[in-house]
Amino acid sequence: MTKTDEKESKDTQWPLWEVFTQPRDGKPHEHAGNVHAPDAEMALENARDVYARRKEAVNIWVVPSDQIVASKGEDAGPFFDPADDKPYRHPQFYSVPRVSKRRK
Amino acid sequence: MSKESKAQEFQERIDNGETIEPKDWMPERYQKQLIRMMSQHAHSEVVGMLPEGNWITRAPSLRRKMILLSKVQDEAGHGLYLYSATETLGASRQEVLDDLLNGRAKYSSIFNYPTLSWADVAVIGWLVDGAAIINQTMLARSSYGPYSRAMVRICKEESFHKKQGYEMVAQMADGTPEQQEMIQDAVDRWWWPTLMMFGPHDEDSPNSAELIKWGVKSKTNDELRQSFVDRHVQEAHAVGLEIPDPDLEYNEETEHWEFGEIDWDEFWNVVRGNGPMNKERMKTRREAHENGKWVRKAAEEYARKQRLQKEKAS
Repeated sequence: MTKTDEKESKDTQWPLWEVFTQPRDGKPHEHAGNVHAPDAEMALENARDVYARRKEAVNIWVVPSDQIVASKGEDAGPFFDPADDKPYRHPQFYSVPRVSKRRK
Repeated sequence: MSKESKAQEFQERIDNGETIEPKDWMPERYQKQLIRMMSQHAHSEVVGMLPEGNWITRAPSLRRKMILLSKVQDEAGHGLYLYSATETLGASRQEVLDDLLNGRAKYSSIFNYPTLSWADVAVIGWLVDGAAIINQTMLARSSYGPYSRAMVRICKEESFHKKQGYEMVAQMADGTPEQQEMIQDAVDRWWWPTLMMFGPHDEDSPNSAELIKWGVKSKTNDELRQSFVDRHVQEAHAVGLEIPDPDLEYNEETEHWEFGEIDWDEFWNVVRGNGPMNKERMKTRREAHENGKWVRKAAEEYARKQRLQKEKAS
């Protein structure tokens, strides 16, 4: 790549924003992808044009990508293993008397 | 862990049908091949706006104009989904775009053919988007998560692209003798270049085996091409159009349509940059980038001023 001055190099490399869309009222926001934009307002507008052209969202969040902290994929085993030995957190762990609904 | 055992573990993950995510360990070549493939795919979406974009101002009705505008806007969106996905592999947007503008990166050769009449818009939707769907439906199951998710999104939108095209094809094929002639002429010109979209024969495609091994692709070029032919021959016949191939014949035993040999000289010639529209497309793309410069500058300046105002107020 040719070296350009700093102002020039921002040309197509604005800050990156992660986009989360809420598909319907009452549903949780889901990661949709990302957009480049010089500020939050334009990130929202770009996100709408890129990820919600067909009413895929009733609400959008944009978050600067470098602000997201994620757990490491390769550490998934040890990171999540505290939950490995706790079957008693699930209803299937318990045996209880079967009670069938009495008919009138 | 040694590189070899990491590579082996990676291959096991692929063979188990696991999805590879951006932060996961991956062989350098997997990353490189994906950057190449995904950025080419993104460029194809972007350059793909040009042949059809030429016809927006000349659409025959308001309905068709709105549809075409919306389709071309979708292609821009598809380019963005794919650039985003490519960036997850560590390629910057700037680098990837520079590669296109400098002519280092390739895009689908199909867009180096001219759109001579309105019927071409119909046939592009039907054949070119039809071919893209077959390829992209496969890629939606790709081993790389961000690529696969972008493809799922694209496939949903692409089915409207194909359907609006086939609707127009059917209407013209059922229209006046002039319209029928126009649509047949467009099919005659686009059929073979569309078959070339699937790439060289399997034995001449050095990347295929590796991409299949890595679960990026799950079908070969020839398999994809065959499913395209089987489907579109039937669709052509359903509206009374001829496929410009004297060797086309249905094989009862295999239940596939057999077809003639592709002109590979033409294929390589267009890939090497000597197609009818290669220079024109790149010129238009560079001009568009250049002419948009002031808009990008203004947006940046506006953001800066807003920031300053907010700082002052607080």
